[in-house]
Amino acid sequence: MAEFKVAPANATAGEKLLTWVDNRFPASKLYKEHLSEYYAPKNFNFFYFFGSLALLVLVIQIVTGIFLVMHYKPDANLAFASVEYIMRDVPWGWLIRYMHSTGASAFFVVVYMHMFRGLIYGSYRKPRELVWIFGCAIFLALMAEAFMGYLLPWGQMSFWGAQVIVNLFAAVPFVGPDLALLIRGDYVVGDATLNRFFSFHVIAVPLVLLGLVVAHIIALHEVGSNNPDGVEIKGPNAPKDAQGHPLDGIPFHPYYTVHDILGVSGFLLVFCSIIFFAPELGGYFLEYNNFIPADPLKTPLHIAPVWYFTPFYSMLRATTDVMVNVLCVILGLAAVGALLKGRLNLIAKGLVVGAALVAILLLKTFDAKFWGVVVMGGAVIILFFLPWLDYSPVKSIRYRPQWHKVLYGVFVVIFVVLGYLGIQAPSTIGTIVSQVGTLFYFGFFLLMPWWSQIGTFKQVPDRVNFHPH
Amino acid sequence: MSDNAVDQGKRTWLIASSCAGAVGGVAVAVPFVSTFAPSERAKAAGAAVEVDISGIKPGEKLTVEWRGKPVWVVRRTPEQVAALKTLTPKLVDPASERTAYPIPEYAKNAGRSIKEEFLIVIGVCTHLGCSPSDKFVAGPQPSLPDDWQGGFLCPCHGSIFDMAGRVFKNMPAPDNLEVPPHMFLSDSKVLIGEDKKA
Repeated sequence: MAEFKVAPANATAGEKLLTWVDNRFPASKLYKEHLSEYYAPKNFNFFYFFGSLALLVLVIQIVTGIFLVMHYKPDANLAFASVEYIMRDVPWGWLIRYMHSTGASAFFVVVYMHMFRGLIYGSYRKPRELVWIFGCAIFLALMAEAFMGYLLPWGQMSFWGAQVIVNLFAAVPFVGPDLALLIRGDYVVGDATLNRFFSFHVIAVPLVLLGLVVAHIIALHEVGSNNPDGVEIKGPNAPKDAQGHPLDGIPFHPYYTVHDILGVSGFLLVFCSIIFFAPELGGYFLEYNNFIPADPLKTPLHIAPVWYFTPFYSMLRATTDVMVNVLCVILGLAAVGALLKGRLNLIAKGLVVGAALVAILLLKTFDAKFWGVVVMGGAVIILFFLPWLDYSPVKSIRYRPQWHKVLYGVFVVIFVVLGYLGIQAPSTIGTIVSQVGTLFYFGFFLLMPWWSQIGTFKQVPDRVNFHPH
Repeated sequence: MSDNAVDQGKRTWLIASSCAGAVGGVAVAVPFVSTFAPSERAKAAGAAVEVDISGIKPGEKLTVEWRGKPVWVVRRTPEQVAALKTLTPKLVDPASERTAYPIPEYAKNAGRSIKEEFLIVIGVCTHLGCSPSDKFVAGPQPSLPDDWQGGFLCPCHGSIFDMAGRVFKNMPAPDNLEVPPHMFLSDSKVLIGEDKKA
């Protein structure tokens, strides 16, 4: 047991209480480690608002969710009407519900910005790999949470969206149909499905999500925050003051807590405007077809997931038989390239050819439908591997060659275009564009070990760029 | 601890009890995972449905519910029946040979039906389970090929099917629409969900 601290004789009641607590629970220690003596780089810019905003949206979702559950009924016969009851009869129920529905989209806006920040400033690079991996796991949990929550209003889009996604699992060879049956709990999406999704949405996934958020922050505070310059402010050679605190850092509290109030204000301005003036946001945040009760006999003429899933949904749709053939050709060319160019010995070359042949055989054996699911899942899973794909000598985009910036720009444009196409009805030209986009998306990541080393990199400064105002 | 020699006896027991604990954990997980499977009530709700088809005019479709899924009864026009034979090269599985959704023997023909006039299929796309929409009018239309002869279009991912529920080539859907077991009780009555086995 640690030694008991004793408050000074003239201490106030408050100080005495804190001493009493500190002897039993590390309250002051936690406060110092994570707030008042957590040194964050002082050159954070606009993009660094989104981490704290994600935490804010998480709180909004949990609080509004608790109140919605008080009035919602997870029953296929009652669910749709209970949501309308919340909207019309529960005092201020419409506000709580719009906060929750807008919060879902806001969560993804904030998280996509947060991920983009990590991407361009190399925040996933050593020693922050686990921060990034926990973050990717949060993104995955968030997608599960959003998807299951979307079934609960039991509208047409809820029903058919769930039908499509659950059937994705049915595409898995051999065990697929049984797996889909186990997820639905019935031969069709029905009451059993609604009940279990409700359970997952309100308790199971939020618990996982909270645990991951804690892990994300603990890992971050262990290694320290990155910054737009990608300079390690706490490294062994970084300048420090007499107490050993980094000269390029400032305590998170009060500096960044106050700083983040600006971000929160800006965010709430937009968030509240949407809640009060455009809660459906033209059908993007709440799809119009979802105001029709679920009808298992009739698919709406146009179904699309909510906007935040559409980039990945586009990749699913892009994987047709032609696309699978293209993938086979690319694999074959890659294998030939490795044979001609690669500095490999005979055994390694044999392995490359063997692996390529097996991959092509598998591609042609299973249906394009299954590969579509693999492509969609792979698009998310590939993010986990980012720390080991990037070989560039500098972290931040600021010190990379000009054409790297262009490449990241194209990546963002392609991601947005894929998202746009995922909302649209299927068309021939749309399919071709999304196929090109899908190839670019995967090429961006899979070829990163190669292209990220090429070009003239600028000298990274010893200190961060900071101009006091 | 590091300078102490490993107590092999203790280690063996630790490994053995960990394994026993893991077995117990798996055993406890079984009932929990089992609750995900369809309940007895869900399994019981699968009775056959009797449908009166006398009111369907040529070129019309009737949708009935069987096991929670839409089942279509389409009365094809003679032109639509004639068009079926011309489509063979454009289809993935014109003769219904694939086994993912086995077709009853009595419907294994170009029209995929017992009677040429009446198509009876489950209206659920074999891609990801959407219900395709009717596109019975021939001719060029959005999302459809220009030489369209009538059929179905899945609104989710654009798969197209002919008037026998057969899927066209290079579409997301890998299989033809499923034909449920069915039998004609009379000229105007069809039973969906059961066929003459004996």
